[in-house]
Amino acid sequence: MMPLADELKEHPILQKLQAFHPQSVVSASRFRGELTLAIPREQIRAVCEFLKQEPEVQFDFLTDLTCVDHYPAEPRFELVYHLLSLTSRERLRLKTRVTSENPRVDSITGLWGGANWFEREIFDLFGIQFTGHPHLRRLLMPDDWQGYPLRKDYPLEGPR
Amino acid sequence: MPKPLYPTVPSAETLVLNVGPQHPSTHGVLRVVLELDGETIVRATPDIGFLHTGIEKTAENLFYSQVVPLTDRVDYLASLSNNLAYCLSVEKILGLEVPPRAQWLRVLLAELTRINNHLVWLGTTALELGAMSVLLYTFREREDVLRLFELVSGQRMMTSYFRIGGVALEPPLTFYDRVDAFLKMFPSRVDEYKDLLTENRIWLARTRGIGVLTKEVALDYCISGPNLRASGVNWDLRKCQPYSSYEKFDFRVPVEPAGDVYARYLVRMEEMRQSVRIARQALEGLPAGPIRADAPGVILPDREKMKSQMEALIQHFKIVTDGFAPPVGEAYVPIEGPKGEIGFYVVSDGSPRPWRCRIRPPSLLNVQVLSKLLPGHMLADAIAIIASVDFVLGEVDR
Repeated sequence: MMPLADELKEHPILQKLQAFHPQSVVSASRFRGELTLAIPREQIRAVCEFLKQEPEVQFDFLTDLTCVDHYPAEPRFELVYHLLSLTSRERLRLKTRVTSENPRVDSITGLWGGANWFEREIFDLFGIQFTGHPHLRRLLMPDDWQGYPLRKDYPLEGPR
Repeated sequence: MPKPLYPTVPSAETLVLNVGPQHPSTHGVLRVVLELDGETIVRATPDIGFLHTGIEKTAENLFYSQVVPLTDRVDYLASLSNNLAYCLSVEKILGLEVPPRAQWLRVLLAELTRINNHLVWLGTTALELGAMSVLLYTFREREDVLRLFELVSGQRMMTSYFRIGGVALEPPLTFYDRVDAFLKMFPSRVDEYKDLLTENRIWLARTRGIGVLTKEVALDYCISGPNLRASGVNWDLRKCQPYSSYEKFDFRVPVEPAGDVYARYLVRMEEMRQSVRIARQALEGLPAGPIRADAPGVILPDREKMKSQMEALIQHFKIVTDGFAPPVGEAYVPIEGPKGEIGFYVVSDGSPRPWRCRIRPPSLLNVQVLSKLLPGHMLADAIAIIASVDFVLGEVDR
């Protein structure tokens, strides 16, 4: 894991999160101006809740929730949360890694109702389980589909 | 064992009605399972995926430049907006500076795309509520917009006109006169639609107070774009987080507090007028200069140079056969699409193909919120509500 870059240590969002929980941020990086924070898997829901409700930060809008498969690296899956603050007009990207043995993370449907289909889509296409999701079932693929199409080891074309 | 459609079994007192996936008023292959008590909807469950074509998976196996035509097919009513969103994300990873002329052309065409999208929306929504003539008028104007697209790109719908680093070609000279004529004519056509609908008693009765999306629910369900503005939230990415030089254009963002079908109609009507304003400014202030960024090895060289310079020909050959490899990184540049915030989250691993190309679909969220909007309404209003949120199933299912 990358240590916190010096220029980012002073970032107000990071300082707020450090105050909220000292181990809540694993690393922080900035690429082309976009701030990305890596969060431990166990903390992701709590961090989202904090960022949403803390009045001075107010990341009140969930823009997107998706997953990236880093096969064959481990931990293999990376969940990516794009948050937006309508008040400060800032964007923030949160990432958390889950392993292929235990692809499971806490659901954030309790914070944003809109996360429901995002999480169902990730379950459908990557096979990640969301603890606390009200009704986790496939979204795009047929109900009885085998396998998870967006995984990197899933073939692009099947037998014809 | 697959899970059932519902978390709980429908009660024996209610009737389950299956709307779609083959139903004219679902605007494509959308299935909505309605649980009815008499004529009142008690539960609505949208079921999607009938048009899933794996666009994100396909994109991972193509060169960056080859993904552009795929983005046309995501939301086929707003193909240029999708082109723009994808190009902006890749350009950000590459660190490319797009020349002003290309940015202005992008703004001009993105606004024509918005008009095109809203015309289809208005026509089909009115058709759903029995005002068939509106559809005929809006499709007449839409045809003009599609001809403009054809003029610049050679295609009416699958344009692929915006390319990474700029636009594909210099538009033909007739294009500017045709756009000018369209922009002169179009506001009077919007007045025509207004005369047909805005104070029409039947239209008011069918749309006012129907399908109220409160500000709280809209934010909870990640709704963006015109639907969010019709719920009283003043949020437009063209103003709040400008891209492609939108900060240099003068326009107004319409906001309506009511959140009902009528508010969503009013917002889109005004947006069409504002789009004309922006397009007019883009047309008149169009700067001179190149239409593609100067980035050898990434952007295709000019065709003229290719015919006279060996170096340019080799470059062209290399880019087409091997692609180009952006630095390792990721970018998400959302834009204000006609249906809401659309953006491509592109992850680069330093190879010529995107490692991940996630499409943030506004249509998906607009469909998801139906489960919140429909309950409590009569069955006949479901048609108005489904039509009013505006989605394209190609984008919902991708």
